Amino acid sequence: MTDEERHDGDGSTRLTVSYGINGKVSAREIDPSESLLDDLRARGFTGAHAGCEHGVCGACTVLVDGEPVRSCIVLSVQVQGAAVETVEGLGTVDRPSDLQQAFSQCRGLQCGFCTPGFLMLATALLRRDPTPDHEAIREAVSSNLCRCTGYHSIVEAIGRVSGTPRSSHDRG
Amino acid sequence: MTETLPSTADARGTRVVNHGVKRQDSLEKLLGKTRYAGDFDVAGQLHARLVRSPVPSARIVSRDATAAMDVPGVVAVLFGEDVPNNDIPTNTAGIKGRPLPPSWVLAVDRVRYHGEPVALVVAENTRALAAAEALVDVEYDVLPVVSDPEAALEHDSSEVHEGGNLLSQWRIDRGDVDGAFADAPIIVEGRYEAQVVDHAYLEPETGIGWLDDEGVINIRVSTQEIEHYRRIARVVGLPDAKVRVQAPYLGGGFGGKEDMTVEPYIALAVLRTGRPVKMVWSRQESLTARAKRHPVRMHYRTAAAADGTLLAHDIQIVSDAGAYPLLSGFVLLYITLNAAGPYRCDNVRVHSRAAYTNNTPGSAFRGFGGMQPVLAYEAQIDKVADAAGLDRVEVRKANAFEAGDRIPAGQRIDTAVWLPQCIDAVLDAIGPRPVPSSPEHRVGLGLACNVQPYGRVAWMNDSASAWVGCERDGGVVVRCGVPDVGGGQVSSLAQIAAEVLHVPLEKVTVHFGDSARTPLAGRTTATRQLYMSGNAVLSAAEELRAQLVQGVVKGTGHGAADLTLAEGGVLTPDGVVPLAEVVAMCMANGVAINAMKTYFAPTGEPVRELVDSERIVPDFTFGAHAAYVEVDTRTGEVRPLRYVAAHDVGRAINPLSVRGQIEGAVVQGLGYALSERIVYDEGVNLTGAFYQYAIPTAADCPEIEVKILESGEGVGPFHARGIGEPPIGPCAATIASAVEDAVGARPTTLPMLAETVLACVDEGAAR
Repeated sequence: MTDEERHDGDGSTRLTVSYGINGKVSAREIDPSESLLDDLRARGFTGAHAGCEHGVCGACTVLVDGEPVRSCIVLSVQVQGAAVETVEGLGTVDRPSDLQQAFSQCRGLQCGFCTPGFLMLATALLRRDPTPDHEAIREAVSSNLCRCTGYHSIVEAIGRVSGTPRSSHDRG
Repeated sequence: MTETLPSTADARGTRVVNHGVKRQDSLEKLLGKTRYAGDFDVAGQLHARLVRSPVPSARIVSRDATAAMDVPGVVAVLFGEDVPNNDIPTNTAGIKGRPLPPSWVLAVDRVRYHGEPVALVVAENTRALAAAEALVDVEYDVLPVVSDPEAALEHDSSEVHEGGNLLSQWRIDRGDVDGAFADAPIIVEGRYEAQVVDHAYLEPETGIGWLDDEGVINIRVSTQEIEHYRRIARVVGLPDAKVRVQAPYLGGGFGGKEDMTVEPYIALAVLRTGRPVKMVWSRQESLTARAKRHPVRMHYRTAAAADGTLLAHDIQIVSDAGAYPLLSGFVLLYITLNAAGPYRCDNVRVHSRAAYTNNTPGSAFRGFGGMQPVLAYEAQIDKVADAAGLDRVEVRKANAFEAGDRIPAGQRIDTAVWLPQCIDAVLDAIGPRPVPSSPEHRVGLGLACNVQPYGRVAWMNDSASAWVGCERDGGVVVRCGVPDVGGGQVSSLAQIAAEVLHVPLEKVTVHFGDSARTPLAGRTTATRQLYMSGNAVLSAAEELRAQLVQGVVKGTGHGAADLTLAEGGVLTPDGVVPLAEVVAMCMANGVAINAMKTYFAPTGEPVRELVDSERIVPDFTFGAHAAYVEVDTRTGEVRPLRYVAAHDVGRAINPLSVRGQIEGAVVQGLGYALSERIVYDEGVNLTGAFYQYAIPTAADCPEIEVKILESGEGVGPFHARGIGEPPIGPCAATIASAVEDAVGARPTTLPMLAETVLACVDEGAAR
């Protein structure tokens, strides 16, 4: 499963794990007990955050082969050879993605700590279903926690990108 | 505009202020580039972790770090004796005649709550840290646990601290309460109870520290108060100026990062090892041991005239302060000040007490004591209306404060009270009653109002400083030591500077949150930051604007009366002088291109235990909420269907930020109302993970409509009022009122779990 395995004198094992991050192959020697989240952060991708360390809050959400996963409860060795996508791959300062622009316009963020997780959830949702209604958006993002916004502006932002007309349940 | 220096104190006709402009921090946060405190690493850094007490009350018999020090990679294990000043003095109001006990950086001979820090382990890596933590050998001799605040106040209770378990008490005694009750045609009574809840911001307590070339300990930390540098310096025995605290953007605060968290431990470890040290609290540590919102028990008796006019309140409140004082005395004062709500009442008696227990310490949490009594005073006014046979809305409006009235604690309300307007706004917007989804479901409409002070109490002598200057390329720089907790504190300051100096918002750069390099502006708490720092930036920008005009006077020979600030520069009879040239004219003529101002809040004497004072807080924010809920009469499940919240914010500096604050507060308030609670078993905190703590998700939230009212009266910049805390206040009372409307009986205990609501269903059916 791994490219290389090495046993150090102090009894710890190191091995090299490589996988794609936002389209570029990345290899790093890791401790086999390292979570994907810790590994990503050690590789310089600090957009995903540890909020609870046990897979509840979703602030660490990234995509693995297109599917949202909680990177705090996935081991890095499990994604050997996979395609991982993080918030850093969505857009740039000069060209933020439509989703990022919509979050900014709808104020779908405040402190922003949970935001990368919501963006990755929304990215996966919109690939699977480009025109989700607001109920579907609400359902999809209900897996993650936000303590600042009250979620409305997040749902609104995703709805704006999908071109989903507002349901009668949403702010007029 | 022809006048030279138009007043910017009024927001009418503004270009940037009062507009829902994009926040300056949004893009970096959306790109995942914002570096929170935990996103910094320093070469050669060590990691630190606390060993915490597994029991809520015990004598420490022995501590031994020998085995822990043998773990490869462990650099140091510190106990209380290793801390230069191990006591953290309590800076809060308590009972007279007895100094309040300090908190301890590391407990030495006694632990008083589950999770209290006992030792600090420092290691090369987190693996060694975890191994060593388990090997620090601490022997405990378990002592009796004080777990109930009312029992704690009985004479025969065990003592959490020597001298008894009463931490603090306040009284209000206005008018003739007993006389009013004796003659009153209507007397209603109720008991209300609110639970312990956690802030549950997504970013746990985190920081990193290092020694710089000048021997200053630098700490980048997620904190609402960079001015803790003084307390940190005291702990480690350094002069204040040898500690520097920087607060990068926070991943939420809500009051939970008002007290120190990781800071003293990082400073200790840095000094001990001479190396950079990082400390990240786990979610379990945060939930188990960091201070919480105070649970309270409230007993209200209210007298009213036949026409619904409030005649008297007799109120007794007991708050569980947990094991150490922290901010409990102040929180209890806020509970006391706000106990009678936003309603006029000439005869008010309040007796509030905070008791030590061996539960997690209570301290600041959004609402800060203004929140808990809303559940009670809103239920009482509904009871009064019902007993009088009058409409609940009309009784509220008839009793609502007006400008010029005095709160029961003595302070006069100087600004407009738009409570009736807020009530009308939410009732106009709440819409038709939804149809229940089955015969077993009932729909109810609830309404609640609140008052919440903003700004710190007068005897804190609060101030905020800000520096505003121009760059030679025409840019504007603001330096202001605010921590930005996520509410847009920094962006609002940029708006104010852009407005006054007539520059595009993008031209303004704000340096913030650095105790060494930005003027000190105080903590981001108490709904004070926009009010205080906004006023400081406003006056500094106005002074700078006058200087820029003066520079052009000297540079062009035009009279000041012929000059006005215009987009991008100064407008003269010969056309616009671009800002970069204005700056050059100032430089060439000895006119400063920057200004620093300090805003001082109104001050006053400390209140006495019997609270009666002309000046306690700077001002108040009022609001009203309405909601439809659906109750499943079989299961007791309560589902909020539609929610409308209205607050008079004076003037919205950024309406989008105001909307965000209100929506977020409502959802946090719904968690308080319906699902969130920290559970204890004889002082042992059983809630150690998010899966045990039910924070509302998107699926739990109703549609929320926000009504921003602008009376144009507030004491902040452009007459803004504070809005950070106020909108969390009415939520629980709104939901309780809606459940009552649905099933005929009202929940009085939070959270309104299924069993509580089912009891209401049964009680309502029996009526």
